[in-house]
Amino acid sequence: MADPVSATACVLDGNAVGMPQLCGDWFANQIFWLLVTLVAIYFVLSRIVLPRISAVLAERSGTISNDLAAAEDLKRQAVEAEETYQKALADARAEAQRISGEARAAINADLEAAIAKADEQIAAKSAESEKQIAEIRAGAVASVTEVAKDVAVDIVQAMGGKADQTAVDAAVAARVKGN
Amino acid sequence: MAEPSEGGLSFHPMDQFIIKPLFGDAGDPVYWHTITNSTFWMALAVLSVVALFVLGTKGRGIVPGRTQSVAELAYGFVHKMVEDVAGKDALKFFPYIFTLFLFILFANFLALIPTSFSPTSHIAVTAILGFGVFFTVTIVGFVKNGPGFLSLFWVSSAPMALRPILAVIEVISYFVRPVSHSIRLAGNIMAGHAVLKVFAGFAAVTAVAPLSILGVVAIYGLEVLVSAIQAYVFTILTCVYLKDALHPHH
Repeated sequence: MADPVSATACVLDGNAVGMPQLCGDWFANQIFWLLVTLVAIYFVLSRIVLPRISAVLAERSGTISNDLAAAEDLKRQAVEAEETYQKALADARAEAQRISGEARAAINADLEAAIAKADEQIAAKSAESEKQIAEIRAGAVASVTEVAKDVAVDIVQAMGGKADQTAVDAAVAARVKGN
Repeated sequence: MAEPSEGGLSFHPMDQFIIKPLFGDAGDPVYWHTITNSTFWMALAVLSVVALFVLGTKGRGIVPGRTQSVAELAYGFVHKMVEDVAGKDALKFFPYIFTLFLFILFANFLALIPTSFSPTSHIAVTAILGFGVFFTVTIVGFVKNGPGFLSLFWVSSAPMALRPILAVIEVISYFVRPVSHSIRLAGNIMAGHAVLKVFAGFAAVTAVAPLSILGVVAIYGLEVLVSAIQAYVFTILTCVYLKDALHPHH
């Protein structure tokens, strides 16, 4: 096998001799490129990335707190609207109660008046009826007296007697009165 | 070392960690400025960060899309971690910590692509990350607190007789921090990838191939977990160290 000429004693035939980590020939190279890498990452982070991310985070928390405040505001408005609605409802209910109360009072008054009038008419009617009944009764008594006199005269004549009108009248009157 | 016979067991689990120039021959020298496979995979990590965090948040949506959600999630995750662990005054280090987190996370995950290279498996890389944190934290500690930062090592809640001993222990543990911080990451990633390679090597032997493939699948799943966890651990330890620097009093 051709031995490739190596610039370092750390590699023999393409294989590592001992730990490559301890090969001093490579330290300077690694340290140099590491510093370049770190500086590159540091500048990318501090110039671009960190300001950007912290701005985004700040903006986000600002937006969130704004939204929360807006939500709080809307909630307050909703509560106010609810209160207004409840008040309007209570007012309307009171108004309705008042109106129905008035209507009831008016109806009651009308009803009382109608009843009173009806009572009056009934009283008038019944008084008139009583009067008529009294007249009828009086008429009836007179008729009974008349009929009784006639019947009495007829009975007396049928018995063959002579009917004295005056005596019969007196007797019937006495009998009717005796009742 | 036995000669590789019958095309059989000759796995080289460490070969995957070799650094080679991306362009040119494998044997070419690697100078400090050479563009290597490590460079390539680090660049992919940068591109992934750009894709997720720059392109993904392009919409700047108040209601985020899918990619933007992921970006915001990662941002929120690390931001909260820094704030919770190290305190509010640590937030000016958040870009630095987030950079570390994202680099490690993306380097770890991209290294799970088969035939890829894992930059975070190299102690050179993680040591720079770890010692970077160590020096940052130490300097911040002294700048913020002056000599008062040394009270970190003086455990005022312990009995007076114990305090000097504890101080010695505290100092040792303080200086061991960057070592454990960096070796933990490199060690985890290196070990995981080496084990994957070993299991994969056994797949060449027919008798144990099914077992080895099962093993690869299982270890791969574990490595996905380890990738995320190591990025998390590195970041949270950075936050803990930063807390010590900002508030050194026990």
